[in-house]
Amino acid sequence: MDLNHAADVEAFRAEARDWLAAHVPATPLPSLETREGFAAHREWEALLHSARWSVVSWPEEYGGRGVDIEHWLVFEEEYWASGAPGRVSQNGINLLAPTLFDHATDEQRARVLPSMASGEVIWAQAWSEPGSGSDLASLTSRAVRTEGGWLLSGQKTWSSRAAFADRAFGIFRTDPDAPKPHQGLTYLMFDLHAPGVTVRPIGRLDGKPAFAELFLDEVFVPDADVIGEPGQGWRIAMSTTGNERGLTLRAPGRFLAAADRLVELWQSHGDPADTALRDRVADAVVGARAYQLFTWANASRFAAGETIGAESSLNKVFWSQYDIALHESALDLLGPDAELADGEWAEPWIFSLAGPIYAGTNEIQRDIIAERLLGLPKGRR
Amino acid sequence: MRFLPSEEQSDFARTLRGLLAASDVPAAVRAWGAGDHAPGKALWARLAATGLFALAADEAHEGMGLMPLELATGFVELGRAGVPGPLVETAAAAVLLTRLGDEAPAKRFLPGLVAGETSATLTLPGAGPYALDADAATHLFTVSPAGELRLAPGAGPLRTSIDPARRLALPDGGGELLAAGPAVTAAARDAADWARLLTAAQCLGTGEALLARTVEYAKQRTQFGTAIGGFQAVKHRLADTLLGLEFARPLLWAAALTLAPGEIAAAKLTAGEAAYAAAMTALQLHGAVGYTEELDLSLWLRKARPLRDAWGSPSQCRAAVLQERLRAL
Repeated sequence: MDLNHAADVEAFRAEARDWLAAHVPATPLPSLETREGFAAHREWEALLHSARWSVVSWPEEYGGRGVDIEHWLVFEEEYWASGAPGRVSQNGINLLAPTLFDHATDEQRARVLPSMASGEVIWAQAWSEPGSGSDLASLTSRAVRTEGGWLLSGQKTWSSRAAFADRAFGIFRTDPDAPKPHQGLTYLMFDLHAPGVTVRPIGRLDGKPAFAELFLDEVFVPDADVIGEPGQGWRIAMSTTGNERGLTLRAPGRFLAAADRLVELWQSHGDPADTALRDRVADAVVGARAYQLFTWANASRFAAGETIGAESSLNKVFWSQYDIALHESALDLLGPDAELADGEWAEPWIFSLAGPIYAGTNEIQRDIIAERLLGLPKGRR
Repeated sequence: MRFLPSEEQSDFARTLRGLLAASDVPAAVRAWGAGDHAPGKALWARLAATGLFALAADEAHEGMGLMPLELATGFVELGRAGVPGPLVETAAAAVLLTRLGDEAPAKRFLPGLVAGETSATLTLPGAGPYALDADAATHLFTVSPAGELRLAPGAGPLRTSIDPARRLALPDGGGELLAAGPAVTAAARDAADWARLLTAAQCLGTGEALLARTVEYAKQRTQFGTAIGGFQAVKHRLADTLLGLEFARPLLWAAALTLAPGEIAAAKLTAGEAAYAAAMTALQLHGAVGYTEELDLSLWLRKARPLRDAWGSPSQCRAAVLQERLRAL
């Protein structure tokens, strides 16, 4: 057992650190949940891509560096430590791309991945529906066969990035007569600017349009944009949600950097006599380290050829709770200034509050942990 | 980088687990609590035969060199089985003697400790005042804040811990001076770190035992015509318990790998809190039967809190973590 990186990994780290130090914007970009911020973040994606830092783990032919998970985790540590902007293209990169690598045709990969890597096309996810959140298999949006493709109708909601994004991906019911709700579903990609699509941005708690409702009225999708076999959408989508809960959505580097910023905030704003708050800062340091090490252990399992299943639910509950605790501690350290909506910690705190809700609520994750990891009986939800 | 136990490390843990599963550890714990050390000492001899204590002593004195990762892996199993006695203290004493750089005490005490023929308990500067199991240990060492290592002549009256199988006593002052000076102080600091690390490992094993027993109970116990383990409120408590333990484990590994004080404090804090949370969940989900000493569950239930606080309370560990981080930034 060891925690040392090989020389080539450390060289990769140094290269990333140097590039980021030279290129990370000196002043933070506007929020990516605003129109101007979205555009600024798209430019940042293009800059990252020009030096092949936008998707380091992808094969070189699609704009990546073809590096393994250890390199990727190290890159993420450097990325977040540098204070670089949030990733506006993360839905595509973390959710759709792994699905394409596993299930798409070569033609689809060649067509979709390069423009995703460059930020030229930014993807929104379109999973949930007004009546289908945690019980996603109950979704009713449908895709009906037509000449050369499918016609989408129905409504999606909580579609992250959809207010300003270019394209979206999700699952739709193609066989309403299938015997079970998770059968007869098909995974496909569609254009958010196609005829029949209406995008209604929804303001999240701070009013920023971080997600949207999508109204779909006979939106044409060519066969070329169906991923995998029609009817197999559930199985394909589940391989994606595993990614979402697991490593890809929240790299440990993000929390290590946030914990260090919290410690600095403690140095500048902390009251030495307030040991309760001091203890919470220490807990943030410990939690970031625990999450990093848990991830390294999982990465080692990946490297040894094992797969990670329900363990990704442990991951999801942990980081989402951790994220809120860390940001609450920051607000407590700030005192009266915590209330200011344009403060450095305000938007990240608002963002953290969604963690236990999205990517499968933590209640559902705990059911998965209890049933699949502890072997407890299935009960009524 | 491969942050997983090696085959050898896993094998060692499996060997210990098998040995302990084949021993009637609960009977030894109950006897130990009643002052009868014979079954516990028999168990001790079997543990020593696996090479357990040799992992905390150098090769010049029959040890295998200091192997914290293997030892921590082993101590998870001791915690899981609930083995009584000054196990942590004996290993810490071996580290102290190994690190002393003074041949005479090492030569005199280490071979016996490594072989399991003798055992030790100790008090160290900055840690608690009580020596664990001074009545059962062969040797009682003390290190003063001034850096004097002594063989204490005896100990005051025995006090029972919240865990009846842990017995505490204040060492008598004086006794034979074995070594003194900065080397003793440095060695005592290392020994305290190891004691904290191995207690963290025991905590993790204790928490795992509590969780496993509670999961089994929740599958069997029925109320309202169904197993209570099917209720979401019960499931979620158990899921949270697993979560706490699973995130403590890699901290323990990293602490054993690096032996950095901040890492050790983080592991102790997290494993201690996770084990205590596991105890509270076990108590609640077992209901009234869990609130009895008759059920073997009580043997782990009463250990969780003292182990959480021994060799570094959560508050002390948090302070150590923050101190290290502030230094690094």
